[in-house]
Amino acid sequence: MTDTTVGRKRRPDENSELMLSVDNVVLSFGGVKALQDVSFEIRKGEIRAIIGPNGAGKSSMLNVINGFYKPNEGSITYKGITRPQMEPSEVAREGVSRTFQNIALFRGMSTLDNIMTGRNTRMNKNFMWQAIYFGPARREELEHRQKAEGIIDFLEIQAIRKTPVGRLPYGLQKRVELGRALAAEPDLLLLDEPMAGMNSEEKEDMCRFILDVNDEFGTTIALIEHDMGVVMDISDRVVVLDYGIKIADGTPNEVRGNQDVIDAYLGVSHN
Amino acid sequence: MTTPGVNAGWPDLTANDTGPKLLLWNAEMRADRPAMREKYLGIWQTWSWRKVSDEVRNIAIGFMQLGVRRGDRIAIIGDNRPRLYWSVYAAQALGGVPVPIYQDAVAEEMLYVLENAEVKFVIAENQEQVDKVLEIKDRCPLLEAVIYDDPRGLRDYQLPNLHNFDDLVVDAGKNANEYRDTYLKEVAIGKGSDTSIMLYTSGTTGRPKGVMLSYENILISSLNAVKSEGLNEDDEILAYLPMAWVGDHIFSYGEALCSGFCVACPESADTVLNDIFEIGPTFFFAPPRIFENLLTSVMIRIEDAGSLKRKLFRYFMNIAGEWGSKILDGEPVPANIRLLYALGNICIYGPLKNTLGLSRVRLGYTAGEAIGPEIFNFYRGIGLNLKQLYGMTEASVFVTVQPDGEVKPDTVGKPAEGVNIKIDENGEVLFKSPGTFQEYFKNPEATAEAKTADGWCRTGDAGFFDVDGHLKIIDRAKDVSKLNDGSMFAPKYIENKMKFFSDIYEVVTFGAERDYVTAFVNIDLEAVGNWAERNAVGYASYQELASLPQVYDIIEGHIRQVNQDLANDANMSGSQIKRFLILHKQLDADDGELTRTQKVRRSHIAEKYAPLVDALYSSKDKCSIETEVTFEDGRKGSISAELTMRDVSTVASNTTEAAE
Repeated sequence: MTDTTVGRKRRPDENSELMLSVDNVVLSFGGVKALQDVSFEIRKGEIRAIIGPNGAGKSSMLNVINGFYKPNEGSITYKGITRPQMEPSEVAREGVSRTFQNIALFRGMSTLDNIMTGRNTRMNKNFMWQAIYFGPARREELEHRQKAEGIIDFLEIQAIRKTPVGRLPYGLQKRVELGRALAAEPDLLLLDEPMAGMNSEEKEDMCRFILDVNDEFGTTIALIEHDMGVVMDISDRVVVLDYGIKIADGTPNEVRGNQDVIDAYLGVSHN
Repeated sequence: MTTPGVNAGWPDLTANDTGPKLLLWNAEMRADRPAMREKYLGIWQTWSWRKVSDEVRNIAIGFMQLGVRRGDRIAIIGDNRPRLYWSVYAAQALGGVPVPIYQDAVAEEMLYVLENAEVKFVIAENQEQVDKVLEIKDRCPLLEAVIYDDPRGLRDYQLPNLHNFDDLVVDAGKNANEYRDTYLKEVAIGKGSDTSIMLYTSGTTGRPKGVMLSYENILISSLNAVKSEGLNEDDEILAYLPMAWVGDHIFSYGEALCSGFCVACPESADTVLNDIFEIGPTFFFAPPRIFENLLTSVMIRIEDAGSLKRKLFRYFMNIAGEWGSKILDGEPVPANIRLLYALGNICIYGPLKNTLGLSRVRLGYTAGEAIGPEIFNFYRGIGLNLKQLYGMTEASVFVTVQPDGEVKPDTVGKPAEGVNIKIDENGEVLFKSPGTFQEYFKNPEATAEAKTADGWCRTGDAGFFDVDGHLKIIDRAKDVSKLNDGSMFAPKYIENKMKFFSDIYEVVTFGAERDYVTAFVNIDLEAVGNWAERNAVGYASYQELASLPQVYDIIEGHIRQVNQDLANDANMSGSQIKRFLILHKQLDADDGELTRTQKVRRSHIAEKYAPLVDALYSSKDKCSIETEVTFEDGRKGSISAELTMRDVSTVASNTTEAAE
């Protein structure tokens, strides 16, 4: 292969603007501390990976960012504003969208319709207008459809545009879910294990789409992933969690050499 | 409207002797008629002939500014996209020679063509193609610039000499007025005898060769075909086969220019079937494989349908199979059958064709390899005017075509308009036509081999004319040989006949300089396995299944039928199969028995299985063999087996000529 990074855009560095910062977040469910005093930040335009062994608190972290869980302590600063407690819907309106570890699509609806639901936060006309489907409501619908078609083109899923997603193979469903998240035109995209359960070809495709989304739309991406190869290849910086505690944070190379990370993944020898 | 659809009439090829001139003619005569379509963001976009002509001019101006000069070769790599077709016109307008390259070629294959053709400019569809070109660009010193159509993922490739098509056209659009006259002047310089395009042959034997075709080759062949098939500007086609293939160039370029029909480009390679359905082409080309796949998908869905639907389908398909082709050929058919057929058309054939997107097809071609008679008959039966075509790059496609009303499943028809055919003493087919290529690029030896001094061109295929003057292609000329008694032996001809049985996956026949013909048979695991399941025949492995006497019985039955067929044919009756065996393993490319394109490597197999071949020509009933096999992961192992030989009865020739 050629060097695909030929002239790739300059990556965000310490001088870049911050998209999100998580400060001293503590999250507990009863006696279980899912996150303990976790802090890190995501720079604008960055691909940020969150990794860690099972039960490390990765998905909880995304759920906190996403507003689904309310942290017991600590704060989240998004686009320079420290957020009070927010509902997921409000967070979504602020430009954060996500995909789920277990695909959460409307199985009976077509690919196109699923992607259109992602436009929900951008639809201004109320339900009455939409029911009448006339004038401004119609214009709005056309505009959304065009956006959705742009995403279908981008993700190369034209052939399944009208197929109910329940009938699609797993890898394609993941792609449709990414499409729905993109339809909201997010500034920050949270991907919860986008490659889980995929074969290597599907993984390659997904990697390419993630990189393309980042390149083309400048979307900031935070992703949870188990496949180390993928993480090391595509992310700019990696946060490593273990038992709810941040044990490392840095570029893939720094993290790879970190003894704590090696211990967390391979176990510590007791002698 | 005078004659239906022939509003602008046929173009005059003496005044408009090049593609770009003909494009200007179309832009004037059919200004607002649709010329091209492409689905973009879910909506079909249409360009009229005038619009296409303007786009081409802008692209040509862009090329001019990049430094494209007369005689430069310009590679075009990508799926069927309007802009890539326009680039062909634009390059030609400036006197450049377009060289389309197969989009799935790997970088090394691409390198060969870029080097051999001395390509200076590359038009690449997208990042995938650009990456391949960049990988090899250091080895192509002549390469001056690369232009890409789809900027996705390429925005940050900051390389000199890498240009975005959009920028090129926008810049050119600004200067359009200034350059208009230059453009027209350049177009006027071109003449019919110029090389218009270079197409690389797929190269099953040796390195690919660049076939140079002139405007006259392409346009005269196209106009002849358009006239004889009555294609006109109301027709529509879907351009979904590779641009580097001569057929696409003739259909989507030559015939479009001559008839003014509209060429639609699919949304993506995966959506072709859906696009066919939406566009409803009236003229449709597909290789046999695609017709086969379509049929399989239909049959699978029918098997899943309710019993009433299944019965209806079977009933009417029997009628279609028996009478459909005759109705299509205009033969006399009893009135009650006609009535039943009409009913079938309402219930089954019509809806079926509609689902396949073939309702509007007036003319369907298939070519490339032999099509199974039952597949061919299926489509003709439901009223699709499907015809076989025999052609090649060197002939600008057309050598023979089945004329309307005279379609036989086992011949490729009569010489196309303007084509002369002769058969030489070795049985090889030679042709002479307006489409006969100029020469192979930088390869005079190969040219001399293919073209005789008096203008005949060798096809490399052996064939003969039947009593009705239809050409029958039997095999590659070099594979045809003789049995010891002097009768002709054409291995592929026999093998194809056998392979039409779904139980048979692959066959290798032997007979050259032998006393009789024998065959190795590979059973089709799926079809035979299915049979075993239905008949409660147990087996543990492919090898066991292949050795079952019942399976031998089935295959023997098929071979009897093939022998019967061969006996009906004076030329072939001597080469009936006398003995066969069923191989204990599938022939496999990993073991070197097939080529990567799944073609049998006859001599290699004969060598590897020499004891088996010897046994077939002895009186033995059984023979043991140990063969080395390569597993998918590259490990090697060996399997041994004892194979049974079986005799098959042959049929006395029932043609008077061969009666001894």
